[in-house]
Amino acid sequence: MSAALVSMTGIVKDFTGVRALDGVDFTLRPGEIHAVMGENGAGKSTLIKVLTGVHAHDAGEILLDGKPVRFNSPGAAQAAGIATVYQEVNLTENLSVAENLLAGREPRLGPFINFRAMRRKAKALLDDLGIDLNVAAPLSSYSIAMQQLVAIARAVDIDAKVLILDEPTSSLDRDEVAVLLGLMRRLAAERGTAMVFISHFLEQVYDICDRMTVLRNGKLVGEWATADLPESELIGHMLGREAAALEQLERSVAGHEVADEAPLLSAKGLGRKGSIAPYDLDVRRGEVVGLAGLLGSGRTETVRLIAGADRADSGSLSFDGAKVAGHNPRTAAARGIAFCPENRKTEGLVGDLTVAENMILAMQAARGWARTIPQSQRNRVVAEFIDKLGIRPGDPDMPVKNLSGGNQQKVLLARWMLIEPKLLILDEPTRGIDVGAKADIQKLVAELSGEGMAVLFVSAELDEVTRLSDRIAVLRDRELISVLESEADMTTERIVDTIVAGGGSE
Amino acid sequence: MSTQTLTERPARSTLFDGMTRYIPIGATVALLLALYFGGVANYRNFDKPQVIANLFIDNAPLLVIAVGMTFVILSGGIDLSVGSVMAFSTMTCAWLTVEAGLSAPLVVALVLVFGTGWGLLIGAVIHYFNVQPFIATLVGLFLFRGLTLQISTSDMSMREVKFFQWGMTHVEVGGGIRQGGFWLPYLSFAAIAVVAVAFVVLHYTRFGRGVYAVGGNEQSALLMGLPVARTKIGVYVVSGFCASLAGVLAAFATKSADPLRHVGAELDAIAAVVIGGTLLTGGAGFVLGTLAGVMVWGLLNTLIQFQGNLSSWWARIVMGVLLLAFILLQRGLARSGEKRRT
Repeated sequence: MSAALVSMTGIVKDFTGVRALDGVDFTLRPGEIHAVMGENGAGKSTLIKVLTGVHAHDAGEILLDGKPVRFNSPGAAQAAGIATVYQEVNLTENLSVAENLLAGREPRLGPFINFRAMRRKAKALLDDLGIDLNVAAPLSSYSIAMQQLVAIARAVDIDAKVLILDEPTSSLDRDEVAVLLGLMRRLAAERGTAMVFISHFLEQVYDICDRMTVLRNGKLVGEWATADLPESELIGHMLGREAAALEQLERSVAGHEVADEAPLLSAKGLGRKGSIAPYDLDVRRGEVVGLAGLLGSGRTETVRLIAGADRADSGSLSFDGAKVAGHNPRTAAARGIAFCPENRKTEGLVGDLTVAENMILAMQAARGWARTIPQSQRNRVVAEFIDKLGIRPGDPDMPVKNLSGGNQQKVLLARWMLIEPKLLILDEPTRGIDVGAKADIQKLVAELSGEGMAVLFVSAELDEVTRLSDRIAVLRDRELISVLESEADMTTERIVDTIVAGGGSE
Repeated sequence: MSTQTLTERPARSTLFDGMTRYIPIGATVALLLALYFGGVANYRNFDKPQVIANLFIDNAPLLVIAVGMTFVILSGGIDLSVGSVMAFSTMTCAWLTVEAGLSAPLVVALVLVFGTGWGLLIGAVIHYFNVQPFIATLVGLFLFRGLTLQISTSDMSMREVKFFQWGMTHVEVGGGIRQGGFWLPYLSFAAIAVVAVAFVVLHYTRFGRGVYAVGGNEQSALLMGLPVARTKIGVYVVSGFCASLAGVLAAFATKSADPLRHVGAELDAIAAVVIGGTLLTGGAGFVLGTLAGVMVWGLLNTLIQFQGNLSSWWARIVMGVLLLAFILLQRGLARSGEKRRT
């Protein structure tokens, strides 16, 4: 191994009383792709943010090319050759693709931006990466996945020595991931760019990374070459226990009884123009129905109609034996339909309210504003659910925005479980959260359906859908193309085949 | 790698997008034309070029503060201090020349430097202390109105100061009014120049594009490594400069300083910016839209003058209704954009 390009030693970072990083070491060598692994809250993001100048570290030393550095802003880190691509696309949607690619480095004539040269440069840059977009169009007209690739292209163009990718693939589909990983390999081989890769997708990590650094609870667990660290051991290091939690769950769900009676929910020809083609779907009590399909296939749109978040313009919906008319999220909640939306930050949780306040929102709404929940009852149920779902830190008075993604998701789940819904709709409940929390949530779904709750489960991870679901509705191009019913069909391969074939075989 | 190309055509149309982007400004221009031709059809002499020229004379100060306000609103902020800064600037011009006897060009330069410096200060407070722009600039609204009244509670004339004759010195175009042309004073050219410079800065410089980027998403702009601090403070510097320049233009226009003039001018400017199609949340809009917004305001007043028997408050009443209509239009467009998202 050649000399270290980046060497961080003994990094400490405190956030008002919480030690997020405790003496962490991290070494990055030229041309290597290095994964930083750990559960949510392990300190991965904080480590990255210290390196990229978003946070200032409280102790420790960072050497770049052997020289001590300290960045006060992301701009300063970029100037030193450290570029970052974040999980959430950090570009400005109101500007054009070309402007986003080259903002701050636009070609100029005197003091004026030369738009023609800028578009040409942007086009050349994207062509080079195998991306074909209209660079003059505003970024907002493209899908999130495409925006993510633009963000990566921007980072690449800075001619970075170090490229940091923080969950860049969480909103990409398979082809797009392939393009991204191919691009990373090429950058490492041709330009000797060193990359830090953070991802919850172990498959991708094993596919692309040379080395791994594992963190747990803000402390360094160790550094390994990828080849020397089998997946089971890696998970063990990340969780800090002999965790085969996921394996234990394997199809343990399938055994439970589904009440063989009239469906709890029945959609007939339900649809919305430009959003999802009319579909039929039944959900019975105690049944988990998974929705599978690629990004943009209409999974979310399907459940939004059932949840009353969008208004259907065709078809009918009956729930619990009654026709549903004038459906909206409020009446849906009153009927016993709980909806956890995909985007928990903007559509679900109120970041500045505490864990307890967020939890009781729906319960309070169901009771009406005039009847407050007694303090003692409130404390009791909140404590019960914090304990039951393993929410960490278990402080009911902490603002929800300070929790990690997995724990935020659990708070959201607790909110709906408090009103004891008949139908629970989960849209991507495990996206962007760590393995441990994922297992907790999956186990919870299994338990709830065991208790007779009907669950509609949307996930981009086919493994998860097949593991949990009794039946799987497969979507493609905003159309429900098939419902897989038999035990034998509950496999990832079967779903992929169905999507590829475009349905009709069932 | 090279064998695989990802292609995607723009799918969604949003407020930032090609055509949708022009709907608000299109509506403003249509409104402007409707008002104008409505006037031409109903009133004698409304079609004389001088009617349009007068819009640029009467509304020159408003146009200048509205341009400054466009920068601030595009960046996602608001500046409530401009009306008071403007009145304070006019009053300072009068007091320093008439009472203190300083040379007029020096006074004008001082006033402009002071307004710019005020913008710098308040911008820094907003950015570094993370104060809401609404509150920070409210400070200026009270402070400068108070200071203006402290200098003089009554009108102060600058008629004796030769320098202030410059502003209303005019150029005759097309042979002047008598031969079907019109006249335009220097101060109108100054206001038009401000619009032109603002247009070029907003669309063709890094600072201008930075204003859009910060208004679109400040956090992203920061993570993209753009100079967010400089941009955010910069818009208040621009607005402060424009406010003091508007005060100087008002001094030129009337050659007197009334301590209670331009009360609420900041709100007229905000209304003009919004009617001109700029999104109050920032990130989308055009300075030429602001010009159109100011012209709508001017035409409404002109129509009322031609009508002769209506109170001038009708201009405000109509402005209120228009503002509501434009805000609803913006929300409607924004929502239809969100709905189409995948």
